[in-house]
Amino acid sequence: MRLKGISALLAATALASGFAMSASAETIKLGVLNDQSGVYTDLSGPGGVDAVRMAVEDAGGAINGNKIELVSADHQNKPDVGTSIARQWYDQDHVDAIFDVPNSGVALAVQEVAREKHKVVMFSGPAASDLTNAKCSPTGVHWTYDTYGLAKGTGAAITKSGGDSWFFLTADYAFGQALERDTAAVVTANGGKVLGEVRTPLATPDFSSFLLQAQASKAKVIGLANAGGDTVTSIKQAAEFGITSGGQKLAGLLVFLSDVNSLGLKTAQGLEMTESFYWDLNDETRAFSKRFFDRNKKEPTMVQAGLYGAAKHYLEGVKAAGSTDADKVMAAMRANPVNDFMTKNGQLREDGKVVRDMYLFEVKKPEESKGPWDYYKLIRQIPAAEVTRPLAESACPLVKKG
Amino acid sequence: MSSVNIPAPTAVAGTSNLTRVGLVALLVLAIAAPFGLYPIFLMKALCFALFASAFNLLLGYGGLLSFGHAAFFGGAAYIAAHVVKVLGWPPELGLIAGTAVAAIMGAAFGWLAIRRQGIYFAMVTLALAQMIYFVALEAKFTHGEDGIQAVPRGKLLGLLDLSDTFTMYYFVLVIFIAVFWLIYRTIHSPFGQVLKAIRENEPRAISLGYRVDHYKLLAFTLSASLAGLAGSLKALVFQLASLTDVDWRMSGQVVLMTLVGGVGTVFGPLVGAFILVTMENYLAQFGSWVTVIQGVIFVVCVLTFRKGVVGEIAEMVRRARGERPSGGGGHH
Amino acid sequence: MYVIPLLGIPPQVLFGQLLLGLINGAFYAMLSLGLAVIFGLLNIINFAHGALYMMGAFGAWLMLEYLGIGYWPALILSPIVVGAFGVLLEKAFLHRIYKLDHLYGLLLTFGMALIIEGLFRNYYGVSGQAYDAVPDLLKGGNNLGFMFLPTYRGWVVAASLIICFGTWFAIERTKLGSYLRAATENPKLVQAFGINVPRMITLTYGFGVALAAMAGVLAAPIYHVSPLMGSDIIIVVFAVVVIGGMGSIVGAVISGFGLGIIEGMTKVFYPEASNTVIFVVMAIVLLVKPAGLFGKAA
Repeated sequence: MRLKGISALLAATALASGFAMSASAETIKLGVLNDQSGVYTDLSGPGGVDAVRMAVEDAGGAINGNKIELVSADHQNKPDVGTSIARQWYDQDHVDAIFDVPNSGVALAVQEVAREKHKVVMFSGPAASDLTNAKCSPTGVHWTYDTYGLAKGTGAAITKSGGDSWFFLTADYAFGQALERDTAAVVTANGGKVLGEVRTPLATPDFSSFLLQAQASKAKVIGLANAGGDTVTSIKQAAEFGITSGGQKLAGLLVFLSDVNSLGLKTAQGLEMTESFYWDLNDETRAFSKRFFDRNKKEPTMVQAGLYGAAKHYLEGVKAAGSTDADKVMAAMRANPVNDFMTKNGQLREDGKVVRDMYLFEVKKPEESKGPWDYYKLIRQIPAAEVTRPLAESACPLVKKG
Repeated sequence: MSSVNIPAPTAVAGTSNLTRVGLVALLVLAIAAPFGLYPIFLMKALCFALFASAFNLLLGYGGLLSFGHAAFFGGAAYIAAHVVKVLGWPPELGLIAGTAVAAIMGAAFGWLAIRRQGIYFAMVTLALAQMIYFVALEAKFTHGEDGIQAVPRGKLLGLLDLSDTFTMYYFVLVIFIAVFWLIYRTIHSPFGQVLKAIRENEPRAISLGYRVDHYKLLAFTLSASLAGLAGSLKALVFQLASLTDVDWRMSGQVVLMTLVGGVGTVFGPLVGAFILVTMENYLAQFGSWVTVIQGVIFVVCVLTFRKGVVGEIAEMVRRARGERPSGGGGHH
Repeated sequence: MYVIPLLGIPPQVLFGQLLLGLINGAFYAMLSLGLAVIFGLLNIINFAHGALYMMGAFGAWLMLEYLGIGYWPALILSPIVVGAFGVLLEKAFLHRIYKLDHLYGLLLTFGMALIIEGLFRNYYGVSGQAYDAVPDLLKGGNNLGFMFLPTYRGWVVAASLIICFGTWFAIERTKLGSYLRAATENPKLVQAFGINVPRMITLTYGFGVALAAMAGVLAAPIYHVSPLMGSDIIIVVFAVVVIGGMGSIVGAVISGFGLGIIEGMTKVFYPEASNTVIFVVMAIVLLVKPAGLFGKAA
């Protein structure tokens, strides 16, 4: 029984381990919550944290005399880990705004926490357009891109240029299904037909049988409604099975620079995708990217570039509002247009969506590339109105209609 | 409060003062804790301590290693989350629903798995748990990768608003103490004794006339139900039920917690759960190192630390007192 | 050509999927072969098998990246290096727990798997590395009428069959193999005959690990080389070994190929279930014939 007493005391000691960190209330604290060890590490990850750090440095490290602090954490692509960290940050650690949150499932969960705590969250990584549609929040900002824009960009472009029959390879979860739904709508609206689809389990190592079905459908376009590792795998294996040389076109509906880097140009050539940033687009993007490259040894993806812009805009909002109160900062951010190397005259709408132009790119052939990271050629710049859901069609309760 | 201080009927005669002091200290700390530590973290630790204690009932006292306990934990979490959010039931009914479903699953899986022994038993539980994972992935009401989010906590018995963190914490604490007491009573009851006998020497238990399969099934069902209660509670605390809860790695986590704390000890799972939840929380910023550290702990525990934290300390105390050391590590 | 569809699926698709299933089965067979060999002799359920398979693939990639070593040499070198690592693991950790219940072996190797996977994840992320060193001999493919078969995939099936047959032959038909089989049944007696049983055990573990690593090298050009590739596949391989019979080599190989085909068929009719069908089969087999299809009753 004495043993039980000791073990009870031990348990008590275990309880007493770990005390919450706290910051003084005068600092402005930014938290970057993203995937640092899983499938989305390369598209944001530590590079994304550094992008926010760059914005903090460029703001001088302080706003109106209040120091800016930066923390980061890995949500491991799990909604429970993400919401745990978000809660703790908002409740205990005095974090004023959370950034990034790739993985739409985690993002939607974190948006709810932010709504409950009435704090700001600025999304750069996740895709689901629901963040500014049915699930919109007064303190949520969807910065870099969303499934609506991807569908309108890549989907419309390919359908209009002759790809009028589609077969989808869809990652079997909410993000993939949403992407398929949005793109299918765009395809049919432009006179195309959807011949079929196959739902693939998430993180499938072998797409060969699904690709075989896509091949048998004889669709002109195979739409890849997936992301990260799934996209890379399906593209690699499509090349292996002679799908592209057989005449069918692959449409990567969500492809990042980091994915193309993984694939290599030989495999990825000819892929078309819609993004909101490319490092080699113009002098301003090149200047930022050079700074980023010197620090991180990689060129920035659109998510990382977006994080810089989001942090910069947030800090400017805090400065203008003179406080970190969520409502005041959101109002200031809506009042100021977004202007940085990535976005010209962007606008933060009442549903939380940042309205800006996007770009349609195509991956170069190996012989067209002049060096490492020289992957994309620009097909066209797509005006904001084309790639953003009009307010009239929005299911967001915050949008006043009529 | 003396409600926690129950003298064990069949253990060493007389309760030592040290135990009383220890338990009271623990209780006082538990009541005061949310004022110093982050309550959500504490509730998470308590839910997992509950899960590990339920698991330990089966492994430490029943001698059965299940590699699929996440099915009960996560499955109940989904049920509780669904009935509370979509059907609008009050939280206490949500907990009961989750526990009930876990009990049914436990009875069914247990009946199937008990026909085999040792590693085959573990493999059957793993296979069945994977099927539950599949159901959780595909069923409409679970929303696959997104999980069931924004689960309302509701009002307990129509009176206590559980959205208040402190109220929720004390509710969780009360449930934890109640279940812990239940497990303690079960271990020290005649039923628990027979279970131990089966674990030590099954053929002899059979020859003594005990319906061994019935005892094992009962233990399995009880363990599954309590794991389900832990899962339902967790769904309310975090207001979320997700695929992580039914993943096979979650089954591995609970094995780790029990192993680290001490298999077959009463407080072992509690200690193990706290250690692991603390580690996960405060090392989240180090990304993959958490996985590596967990692996190292597993290896160290199996090689040199088989009795776990509580078990090893108990051993040290025994040796200091000059008693013979207890035989072997864990179960054979 | 073919006009009559079977159950609504045109024969082309069916045969194509069968062939693809066979290819997947080749990997399952090789991996479960290593696991079965290790369990047969050491009584250890080697949870680290997936992580070691991943190390084999990474070994090939690292050799290409930093030493310029191509595919054919890597196919031999990587298994040797990883096999040596396996020998180290056995000597340092595994031999301490032989006397214990084999569930401890499971837990120990589970921990080892976490460590290996975590370390690789830290340094290499999870997006995966491209491995483009497929030798010219194996590039391209043939149009078989019902599908386009990449030559490399055909090579995988052939290599796997050769290796599986070779291992079976070595264990069932050679003198060394007979010592191994005898040591499984009665190590003390075999030791008394003057055969160094501990060394044999160590080398056997190394061999099983090398088999996993070789499967990794074979996989590298097809599945991208990622630290997660092991944990994705290990649970499936377990199921295969349990279905085949935990110590049976023949069982492991036949179940590996067979389940690959079953999985392939499921992808045609009910793709979402393709990850789970193997567990359904495992549960059924365990309840009907717990020692596995080819196993001897424990």
